[in-house]
Amino acid sequence: MTVTVERSARAAGKGAAVRPPRRPRDSYALFLLPGALAFLAVIVLPFVMNTYVSFTDWQGVGSPEWSGLANYRELMDDSEFWASFRHSLSMVVAMAAIPTALGLVLAAALFDYVGKHFGSRTAAVLRACFYLPQVLPIAVAGIVWSWILAPDNGSLNALLKAIGLGSWQQDWLGDPDLALYSVMGVMVWVQLGFPLVVFMAGLQRVDPQLYEAAELDGAGWWRRFWHITLPQIRPEIYVVLTWCSIAALKVFGAVYVLTKGGPGGATDVPSYFSFTTFFEKTQVGYGAAISTVLTVVILALSLIGLRLQERTDS
Amino acid sequence: MTTALRRYPVLIALCVAALFMIVPFLIVTVNAFKSPTEYAQNGPLSLPDGLYTTGIKDFWERVDFGRKLVNSVLISGSVAVLAVILSVLNAYAIGIGRVKGRTWVLAFFVLANMLPQEALVYPVYYLSKEVGLYDTRLSVIIVFTVIQAAFGTYLLSAVLGQFPREILEAARIDGANRWQVLWRIVVPVSRPTLGVLLVFFFIWTWNEFLLPLVMLISNDNQTVSVALGVLQGQRLMDATMTNAAALLGVLPAIVFFLVFQRTLTRGIAVGAVK
Repeated sequence: MTVTVERSARAAGKGAAVRPPRRPRDSYALFLLPGALAFLAVIVLPFVMNTYVSFTDWQGVGSPEWSGLANYRELMDDSEFWASFRHSLSMVVAMAAIPTALGLVLAAALFDYVGKHFGSRTAAVLRACFYLPQVLPIAVAGIVWSWILAPDNGSLNALLKAIGLGSWQQDWLGDPDLALYSVMGVMVWVQLGFPLVVFMAGLQRVDPQLYEAAELDGAGWWRRFWHITLPQIRPEIYVVLTWCSIAALKVFGAVYVLTKGGPGGATDVPSYFSFTTFFEKTQVGYGAAISTVLTVVILALSLIGLRLQERTDS
Repeated sequence: MTTALRRYPVLIALCVAALFMIVPFLIVTVNAFKSPTEYAQNGPLSLPDGLYTTGIKDFWERVDFGRKLVNSVLISGSVAVLAVILSVLNAYAIGIGRVKGRTWVLAFFVLANMLPQEALVYPVYYLSKEVGLYDTRLSVIIVFTVIQAAFGTYLLSAVLGQFPREILEAARIDGANRWQVLWRIVVPVSRPTLGVLLVFFFIWTWNEFLLPLVMLISNDNQTVSVALGVLQGQRLMDATMTNAAALLGVLPAIVFFLVFQRTLTRGIAVGAVK
């Protein structure tokens, strides 16, 4: 109260005529200027260009030739394109659905059992083990796993042989029927730490009395998990599902390093498909159409995710 | 007593699961120190006879790994600092200045952050060639500064929106202008959040693959991620060299992890709640 009085007194003393009362608020807009210019140059302009190019026939040299919806019509009949989106769904399963489900159970177990009965230190060390793959560059994770999954002398096959399951040996990344599942497995390993850490952070704000009351009422671990843990950290679940699904749709590095979309397109995904269309086939217009469709799908998903978050906030 | 006993299987199961997560790191480390003949004879699962470091040395020289490290540090470090500055300026206007139409401005930044890089990559490649920035580290620094700042603006605007108004008022009464309030008050007070952003931007940029792969084609400009990914993609390496590469790629990540573990986990929590 005194603050505002003093301030208006000062303003009056300096002369209200020099400083119109509304101006201060908007001069903050100047601080947005560098950001706005940079965004126009690096995000908006390229994005608009990409969208424009998707309606043209362009090989990257010369001037683009307007072709209307031709690229999109061609996409609709392109089985490679549909296959890449089907593989994207598998990636959503591997990078969002499975890590979220596993992450929930692991976070609850770490928080509930390990944290309470073996100390928070033990829980923190275990959490660190699960989180470690998350800080690894995806290209390096790809190198590690392509060697482990190598057909001859790869660690997985060597291990199977060593424990007497030699007949289970496979060409994990080279067999068209298996490759997608192998990539999915690697992605679960990469992604698991993220939901785990978010959920453990979320669990810290759950009132412990809820659990104590439920335990007194004789509720077992699974019942407490369903009726307390899950509803309490629903906001975190939505955030994780949204972020991970978007990451799954964008996945590129892992596919590039592990399989290059092969064998025979068995692990191709939209981002890799658009990359090869741009830079190997130099069908820039067609590549732009693929990435535009991908963008629309991702933005739609983001909006749904934000909506769900807003609903739980209110 | 019985409940205590029942808890051990859970602990053991979790430990086994955690072990499964770090086994790839362990066997990569073990195999990076084997000679090719030893690897051929005993396979990947045996312990090494001795410390064979020639493979790592050969690989280091072959890809000029020191240079790649310098490139990665230079690019990620510049991006982290510049993106934090840009985020602070944006968030100051949105969170504290409450500029008109801030909801739309914020929505714009969020969408820019969600945008797949695939929808930018060709124009960025083309435009950078037009302005003579193609295959320079500066081009990657500029692009990632803006992309990371999109996330930073989003997060920081929410944090600065909660900034105690009394401090701002008091500074203004003492005659500080907006610029001084920003650098002398807002930035020092928000230092923990800025630290989190700095670490995240550094590691995210370090791990980026698609844009650096497209933009940095010459050997002298490549980052660690791109250099390793390209080599692997070409399948030119034998098993021991692959392991040397993997180990050298893993080590910086482990170092970041050990140094920044607290910041990382705290940061994720901050990011998720907002």
